[in-house]
Amino acid sequence: MDFTLKVWRQKPGTQGKLVTYEAKGISSDASFLEMLDVVNERLIEKNEEPIAFDHDCREGICGMCGCVVNGYAHGHQGGTTLCQLHMREFSDGSVIYVEPWRAKAFPVIKDLVVNRSAFDAIITAGGYISIRSGSAPDGNAMPIAKETADAAMDVAECIGCGACVAACPNASAMLFTSAKITQLALLPQGQAERMTRAQRMVRAMEAAGFGACTNHGECEAACPKEISMDNIARLNREFIGSSIKK
Amino acid sequence: METKPTFYSTSVGKKVVMAASGFIVFGFVVVHILGNLQLFLGADALNQYAAFLQGLGPVKWTVRVLLALSVLVHMVSATQVTLQSWAARPEKYAVQRFQETTYAARTMRVGGPIIGLFVIYHLMHFTTGHCHPVKDGFVENSEGMLNVYNNVVFGFQDPLASVVYIVTMIFIGLHLYHGLWSMMQSVGLNHKKYNHWRKVFAVLFALFVAGAGISLPVAVLSGWVVPV
Ligand code: HEM
Ligand code: FES
Repeated sequence: MDFTLKVWRQKPGTQGKLVTYEAKGISSDASFLEMLDVVNERLIEKNEEPIAFDHDCREGICGMCGCVVNGYAHGHQGGTTLCQLHMREFSDGSVIYVEPWRAKAFPVIKDLVVNRSAFDAIITAGGYISIRSGSAPDGNAMPIAKETADAAMDVAECIGCGACVAACPNASAMLFTSAKITQLALLPQGQAERMTRAQRMVRAMEAAGFGACTNHGECEAACPKEISMDNIARLNREFIGSSIKK
Repeated sequence: METKPTFYSTSVGKKVVMAASGFIVFGFVVVHILGNLQLFLGADALNQYAAFLQGLGPVKWTVRVLLALSVLVHMVSATQVTLQSWAARPEKYAVQRFQETTYAARTMRVGGPIIGLFVIYHLMHFTTGHCHPVKDGFVENSEGMLNVYNNVVFGFQDPLASVVYIVTMIFIGLHLYHGLWSMMQSVGLNHKKYNHWRKVFAVLFALFVAGAGISLPVAVLSGWVVPV
């Protein structure tokens, strides 16, 4: 398959721009990242700088990869990370725009690679629990209703890729933060810090420079793990509740 | 040292304030539109209702002040939240496509200011009379009471004024369609079982307010409702 790529190229400390590359003779079974690998090999052969992009597991579980492809975070296919998106999903001969996540809180390091430390700051602020260390507790020693465990698991699927921020018209990090808050708020292990967690995590989120949620729903549409924006309402509830009680 | 942020300093807090102030204004809008629909019951009904409202005295002023404050708080918080979001994406996408958001959600920041300007015009049209076509102030009846019914009819007989009302009502409908649902998210009102009803609630009230608001100028322009 042949494609025309418009790829965002940006060197550290400079303004970036879209650069056009021809990607010819690409296998329809190649993943999007493998297609970029082929383009990069050809660039290296020509002694040109390869396109920098983030990746690690390439099986949709680590959260490292991600670009905005033709205006969609992780591409147009629902519930899929970029590494799991295949070139057969694009039409032959088409033009493909490849841009980095765009948010003040996610500055571009190089080309398509952005710095997502702001997410780490949110987790550090309150995404933890206090537990007694020592030998592992017995399995099932702590009774948790199946529905609760399932709901907690649904949000625990978040891989922290940042697609929610990238897709949000406001560059808000509410889906990510709400997934982390929900996961811990639902489980007994998370109760010790419950009253401070939402306060601290929301504060870290604001300090990082993310935008404000206006409930567009683009985050849940882009999320490769299909995490629901119902969790954003829970974040709001946790934040309001802990503001009143503190 | 840790400094606790005030509730309002966070965008989550601002959205709660925006939701609460919006809800107060929404409550007024529904009652106001219900009252205005008495245009269809004839001159006596509407004029008596208007006289009753005018007679409320201090209650009337309490409501006016509360509403003015709510609108102000709503506009300030909406502006702050909007500026925060604009600052959060300094570099725009060359291509950005949407999957789930609605036209209503994307026009909140256009519709809001339009509604705000409309409120000023609306007050100068029917409350103070500065923008009213009847030259020497308002029409009064024999007892010196305002003939609100005739004022409304004369007011809407100007096609330009009617068009302004109709267009704004469409924006109010859109604003409420997204706002009423968004408001429930913002204050954390959600439950798997009832989530579906949040959209139903938003659609019904948006349609009611916009539909009723449009029906008044249309009734006058079409010649169905005439001066007495
Ligand atoms: C008829 C008068 C109005 C009513 C009943 C109303 C009601 C509402 C409600 C209930 C919300 C939802 C709040 C939330 O998401 O938590 C909202 C949002 C909003 N309002 Fe208003 N509002 C009115 C007028 C205005 C005006 C005059 C402005 C002008 C600045 C404005 C700007 C906004 C903005 C920007 C939003 C946020 C939109 C979003 O969530 O994307 N509104 N409004
Ligand atoms: S590379 Fe790990 S999720 Fe895509």
